[in-house]
Amino acid sequence: MSGREPPEPELVVEIWRGRESGEFVPYRVARRENQTVLDVVSHVQRRIDPTLSYRFACRVGMCGSCAMTVNGIPRWTCRTRVDRVAGNGRVRIGPLRNMPVIRDLAVDMAPFFDKWQRATGRFVPSDADNRRTFARVPPGSRERQAADAGIECIGCGVCYAACDVVAWNSDYLGPAALNRVWTLVNDSRDGARREHLAAAAGDAGCHQCHSHQACMSYCPKGLNPTAAIAGLKRETVKSLLRGEL
Amino acid sequence: MTGRLEAWLYVAQRGSAFVLAPLVVVHLATMIYAIRGGLSAEEILSRTEDSAVWGSVYGLFVAAVAVHAPIGVRSIVREMTPWKGRSLDVAALLFCALIVVLGVRAVGALL
Ligand code: SF4
Ligand code: SF4
Ligand code: FES
Repeated sequence: MSGREPPEPELVVEIWRGRESGEFVPYRVARRENQTVLDVVSHVQRRIDPTLSYRFACRVGMCGSCAMTVNGIPRWTCRTRVDRVAGNGRVRIGPLRNMPVIRDLAVDMAPFFDKWQRATGRFVPSDADNRRTFARVPPGSRERQAADAGIECIGCGVCYAACDVVAWNSDYLGPAALNRVWTLVNDSRDGARREHLAAAAGDAGCHQCHSHQACMSYCPKGLNPTAAIAGLKRETVKSLLRGEL
Repeated sequence: MTGRLEAWLYVAQRGSAFVLAPLVVVHLATMIYAIRGGLSAEEILSRTEDSAVWGSVYGLFVAAVAVHAPIGVRSIVREMTPWKGRSLDVAALLFCALIVVLGVRAVGALL
């Protein structure tokens, strides 16, 4: 660089290198307008150190694969502009919490999705043999509205990383899986309400939630798993009192 | 089965909290009032003696605490330590029994 040009604005990013044990390594990256945290990570991987491991796909907040911990907060890096998080010119990027680190910024999401299965977070058609041709679901009904409120989850794991109860109790099913179960409990076409509620009430289920709303605060889709879990608490108690649990 | 246990514990803890909240207020308010009025321990005891009202207020208090506290402590232990399962449930029951014994003795001394 010639001495006369003004120096390019720079950003120091510290990126986690290693697995469960490792360290934050500083990199100097040119600061650009409208740069996202994912741009920064990609720059480091393409220009500075090609061995850096991380994940992304869509870059527009659709797939949920780019979630990382940015200055201590779980976020979609493709939808997080550096300006928003780098007040003091420093950005620290680590892998999501509560999931095993595969390498650097990539975590193993298998335990997260296994819990969706354990929570029975899958649709069970009540009309499996297809005798009815068309399910009528009034969009304005209370159940449908409750299901719709949580249906847009894309399984990014941000809420799961934000949840302290998951950190304390690695069995806890977590906000995303329970939110999914709540959409199914409210789906009039689902035939396994009892199974869903029994799974949600188990000793790693909805009653372990402290309702402290970290999941809701950080969900990039603006969903409210805390409210879904509160709904599950209510419904499991109702079915308990009816002798159905 | 575990679902039923957890749901019952949830109901018991919420229910006991519902009972405890006003009782704590009554307890604190009475204490502050009694001390302000300059009552000595003997004078307080002379008023609670043979009082069905104070006996039932504190009896209920003890019952609610005996339900509420062990459930909460069980949760904290499960979150903060590796201890869980049957042995912890038994320990929580013993804790409940301890609160009942100590509580009944304390209420007995008031009457
Ligand atoms: S509200 Fe419940 S699920 Fe959400 S972060 Fe808190 S404990 Fe976890
Ligand atoms: S609830 Fe929100 S934060 Fe959690 S996995 Fe779904 S989209 Fe991501
Ligand atoms: S890369 Fe798809 S949500 Fe960020």
